[in-house]
Amino acid sequence: MNQPLPRWADLLLLPAINLAVALLAAGVMVALVGQSPLDVLVVLVRGAFGTERGLSYTLYYATTFVFTGLAVAVAFHGGLFNIGGEGQAIVGGLGTGMAALWWSASLPAWAMLPLMLLAGALFGMLWAAVPAVLQAYRGSHVVITTIMFNFLASSLLVYLLVNHLKVPGKMAVESAAFGASAKVPAMHALLAGMGLQWPASPLNASVLLALFAALGVYLLLWHTRVGYALRATGASPGAAAYAGIRPRRQVVLAMGVSGALAGMVAMNELAGVSGRLILEYAGGAGFTGIAVALMGRNHPGGIVAASVLFGALFQGGAELSFDVPGFTRDMVVMLQGFIVLFSGAMAYVLAPAVQRALAAIERASAAQGVARG
Amino acid sequence: MTTAMPRTGPLAIEMLGVDKRFGPVLANDDVQLRVEQATLHAIVGENGAGKSTLMSVLYGFYACDAGTIRVMGRPANISNSQQAIALGIGMVHQHFMLVETLSGLDNVMLGAEPHPLLHRAEALARGRLDALMAATGLRVHLGAMVSDMPVGERQRLEILKALYRGARILILDEPTAVLTPQEVGQLFGVLEQLRAQGTTILLITHKLKEVMRWCSRVTVMRAGRVVHDCAVADTSIALLAEAMVGRKLQLERSDATVPPARAPTAAPLLRARALEWRDAQGVARLRGVDLSLRAGEIVGVAGVSGNGQSELLELLAGLLAPHRGTLELGEKHFGAGAWIDPRTARLLGIAHVPEDRHGRALVLGFEAWESAVLGYEWLADYCRRGWMDHRAMRRATDAMMERFDVRPRNGRLLSARFSGGNQQKLVLARELGQSPRVLLVGQPTRGVDIGAIEFIYAQLRALRDAGCALLVVSGELDEILALSDRVIVMHQGRIAGELDIAACSEARLGLLMAGAAA
Repeated sequence: MNQPLPRWADLLLLPAINLAVALLAAGVMVALVGQSPLDVLVVLVRGAFGTERGLSYTLYYATTFVFTGLAVAVAFHGGLFNIGGEGQAIVGGLGTGMAALWWSASLPAWAMLPLMLLAGALFGMLWAAVPAVLQAYRGSHVVITTIMFNFLASSLLVYLLVNHLKVPGKMAVESAAFGASAKVPAMHALLAGMGLQWPASPLNASVLLALFAALGVYLLLWHTRVGYALRATGASPGAAAYAGIRPRRQVVLAMGVSGALAGMVAMNELAGVSGRLILEYAGGAGFTGIAVALMGRNHPGGIVAASVLFGALFQGGAELSFDVPGFTRDMVVMLQGFIVLFSGAMAYVLAPAVQRALAAIERASAAQGVARG
Repeated sequence: MTTAMPRTGPLAIEMLGVDKRFGPVLANDDVQLRVEQATLHAIVGENGAGKSTLMSVLYGFYACDAGTIRVMGRPANISNSQQAIALGIGMVHQHFMLVETLSGLDNVMLGAEPHPLLHRAEALARGRLDALMAATGLRVHLGAMVSDMPVGERQRLEILKALYRGARILILDEPTAVLTPQEVGQLFGVLEQLRAQGTTILLITHKLKEVMRWCSRVTVMRAGRVVHDCAVADTSIALLAEAMVGRKLQLERSDATVPPARAPTAAPLLRARALEWRDAQGVARLRGVDLSLRAGEIVGVAGVSGNGQSELLELLAGLLAPHRGTLELGEKHFGAGAWIDPRTARLLGIAHVPEDRHGRALVLGFEAWESAVLGYEWLADYCRRGWMDHRAMRRATDAMMERFDVRPRNGRLLSARFSGGNQQKLVLARELGQSPRVLLVGQPTRGVDIGAIEFIYAQLRALRDAGCALLVVSGELDEILALSDRVIVMHQGRIAGELDIAACSEARLGLLMAGAAA
């Protein structure tokens, strides 16, 4: 029964207010443990954006979140809640990693890197397609099955690493190193090639891939017939069926694209940084992706922005735990929790208040206009 | 035309000079409303005339910007629905406010439990409700789950809920939109009894026949203002309709709408034979239905809702596949094993205006220009090599809105934010846009205001005159009689009778609908 907020307020003002409230709430907690909220904020922001190195780390973290955030968003537009980004990223990593282990000795980089990308996307896609087919044709809900598939994926990774891919005789549970052709070039190396000085960091060319992926998702969803059918199914399965769109195929398609996006995480984490298949490279990014998509309103532009914010929290949080005595990483997790709470779960709690305030401003300016006229 | 009539009886509600503004829109403009106690008072008006806004002000959903309200003679300041309930105002919304997974009894008690312990509360409430039901004739199975109740019973439950909370003034928003003719009769019987017992009833409706038959006074609203207010005895359907839209209307068939002469032997455009369909529970919903549609005729399908009409439409549109039967469309033949699908149907010139406007015809979350190509998004006009041409889609939408007078003329507005009549006009514009050979229409004017009804009828007749075959399913006998050239009556999944329009009368159709032999 309320009027909707104007678009600009919905997309900019409200998220900004939500973020401010989250910071305020976190600030109260920081004050409670005896630190100065302002100092902590300054360290956090400076750590994330203040130095070239800090900025690089922020963008490196953000790259992974863009992939998982987009994965959640594509499924969401198809009317599905894909909680399995974590598992799909892990299995995608298996694809990327195995392609690199088998062929990186013989193939050059221009063939190897696309092959690794394809293998990762394909593995992620297939891993997501199983729950999708189960939902579309057998009615088992993807929320449940994708959660279960996360556990299956991480067990599968451990099994393969320990029993098949581990270098015999080494203690560390990790594969052999990939060949040089399987390495995504680091940004500092690329920039050095263009004559720019940049400190070494894990930031690699995958960040460009993430931006392309965001653009691709935007074009797919809003500018192609495939996207039209996918969104129609998500918004109204009955209307989609009426239009001759087959809802079951859309379920599989949405989850497949979603899984492929999650599978690309490996390009950043494995091909870009570790250079070998390791445990825990997804590191919960699949779940952070849910928060990122929530905060970014399931729009690629919003997701990129939210990813940078979460990347900043990760990087700034790491700085905090170094610089501020008695400030642990748990405090940063708490801050993330507040942001997810206020920007995601309670995103519209403040909407009526904002709307009333806007209406009051409008009335006041109208009254002023009348008085002047 | 507004008149301040001298009153005899005491007033239940008096609203004076009520203004309500939404942004730049003045939804209620200096509205005066006086309702006498223990009367059935109707408020009529087109969609967007401000009726619902006025009732929302009265029920405390909105605060009015100016004006005063008096309830039972005392000034009232109603800022939420609890206060309205405390003043003895009850509201039955068009879309019921019931919890489907609770029993009728629990729904009535919800928020007004007479005792903190559930079983005590239930016993107390059941006692009071049994007394209420006996006094009013509102019969409801209190123990049954709401999800198992038919629509008419849910509505009685809503009324009971309001009365249980002590309502002496009952507001009903479009109560008959979803009811069968028999249920409408029952409802008004109950309302009349409540009125006789002293309850004041405010009826918001589109259906002028019901106003004339059951109400004692009527207020007409147009564009946020009260334009007419009189005793029902002093007015007529024609006068009310004119007051609602501000001009004369043509709804009944006239000489100009008689179909052009056509050869009776014209080969049918669509012929369905021996259609059988069972629902998920295995209940037969269609039993051996034969149907043929010829160019240049409108075939009306009458029947009490739930007798297979909806399934028939969905089968012909390709949304359901029958368990037995065949379909011929010109040269093409379809059998139960390889039934037509919606896209093939469109390719073969079958357009479909579905009954379920919100669940099927439009994607409510899409902007109008995206909903305006639904089902045709693959046309080369809109889509080249998989890429959607937004500019062409918007241009087509603007043209549709212009041609069918969809208001507001804004293709960027969400489909959900158009009124029912304007949504239906947009759907018709889309389906008529591809010059179909066969048009299937379900409930062409459900929830549509009277001005738009006239327009929709004119469009359907024009399509018929252009040589299209139309199948119109409607729950409104008046609509069937006004549009059809031939009428099919369905009863329990069978065709109970088929009549030429000249042989139709309301009484005869009513008998067939009830299952009596022709």
